[in-house]
Amino acid sequence: MPPRTCALCNDARAILKRPKTGQQICKECFFYVFETEVHNTITEARLFKPGDRVAIGASGGKDSTVLAHVMKTLNERYKYGLELFLLSIDEGITGYRDDSLETVKRNQQQYDMPLKILSYDELYGWTMDAIVAQIGKKNNCTFCGVFRRQALDRGAAILNVDHIVTGHNADDIAETVLMNIMRGDIARLGRCTSICTQGEDTIKRSKPFKYAYEKEIVMYAYFKKLDYFSTECIYSPDAYRGHARAFLKDLEAARPSAIIDIIHSGEAFEINDDVKATQKLQQTCRRCGYMSSNELCKACTLLEGLERGMPTAAVTDRARRKLDADGPVPENLRTIPLFQLPSNLRQNAATAVEATS
Amino acid sequence: MSTISLKIEFGGGLELLFSNQRSHRITIPANVPPEGSDVPSKPVDITYLLFWLRDNLLKERAELFVENGTVRPGVLVLVNDTDWELEGEGEYQLKDGDEIVFISTLHGG
Repeated sequence: MPPRTCALCNDARAILKRPKTGQQICKECFFYVFETEVHNTITEARLFKPGDRVAIGASGGKDSTVLAHVMKTLNERYKYGLELFLLSIDEGITGYRDDSLETVKRNQQQYDMPLKILSYDELYGWTMDAIVAQIGKKNNCTFCGVFRRQALDRGAAILNVDHIVTGHNADDIAETVLMNIMRGDIARLGRCTSICTQGEDTIKRSKPFKYAYEKEIVMYAYFKKLDYFSTECIYSPDAYRGHARAFLKDLEAARPSAIIDIIHSGEAFEINDDVKATQKLQQTCRRCGYMSSNELCKACTLLEGLERGMPTAAVTDRARRKLDADGPVPENLRTIPLFQLPSNLRQNAATAVEATS
Repeated sequence: MSTISLKIEFGGGLELLFSNQRSHRITIPANVPPEGSDVPSKPVDITYLLFWLRDNLLKERAELFVENGTVRPGVLVLVNDTDWELEGEGEYQLKDGDEIVFISTLHGG
């Protein structure tokens, strides 16, 4: 087969077929279009303003490693004026997270960004190894997910940043759309394609790789020879997501645009007001001060169950009633330190209260 | 029987299925029998290589590497640093000295 020339520059030899467009392009054009599309995603959604302090949620895996590289490149090329940080969560999984954190430490040197590592052990007094030793491999992803979400916000508060960017890519989002449809979780279906989630006084989360295909992220890492870590978590992976993922990959093999098409479908859904009304109002957890839709936040409930030897308490309603029936919360119960927003958000929140009073 | 030598690389976690070794050098026949024949009359292609790797080099969980006669969806293949989708995928005819890279995209980000 004769070598093909790049569809963009008509000069160099094509090395990649883009899944989104089917175009055959050369290495330099690939770097340029990949970075430019992320830049367009960022500017169209007006994600940042000059002077913003932004933390990159870094796991050492492919997506966050490429995200750190691209964020640094774009910040310099287009003069975003951002102060960038790496923020990693150490779940305490021997043979998995300890190795991937070594990758993040090398990234810190390579990209010259300050790094903060926050561990479940220091925050909750429990590593995932200890949690799995107590509860087994079933349901442990629930603990890990709830704990990670809160740990990222707490890490951001420590770094005094009010915006976290994560490496979620187009494949991840399409998967989530499918999962929410299959579970009938319409409220989440309405939210899961947003590029940025935030309330007035919460730490922003956004996904600059929302439209970036996993194939291109991996190819970018390969051709740039980026240093990333790839091992599956040693504890049982999320089986439901696994099915959605395998299904999506099969669809992609048959028709590569399937991923972007599913995201567009997700964006186009309009969620009925009845569904929106069932969403609970946000409040702050009375024990730790973190955002919560109940009196106690999920992490505090899970931690209480672990500490009282009834770890399924927050996973099932029946077990929660059993926990309540078992007596009041012990006085010496281990709790999560009080959550405080980064200082600029505290000011915003205070102003908001003044304005409404 | 004439043979060709290839350099094989695994990445993105696929190396775990191949003795946790990323780089391999292998020698395979230059011609193989087409389906339904015993005479090695057809130049060896990537599809043949996939099954050769599965039968000779892979140590565990073959279903994470091949599926329905090709690589499992989500595994990227590069032929001399070019996306195999530009090279005819499984039908690409291998040449002596070719470098074939397999990268899994299926591991956490």
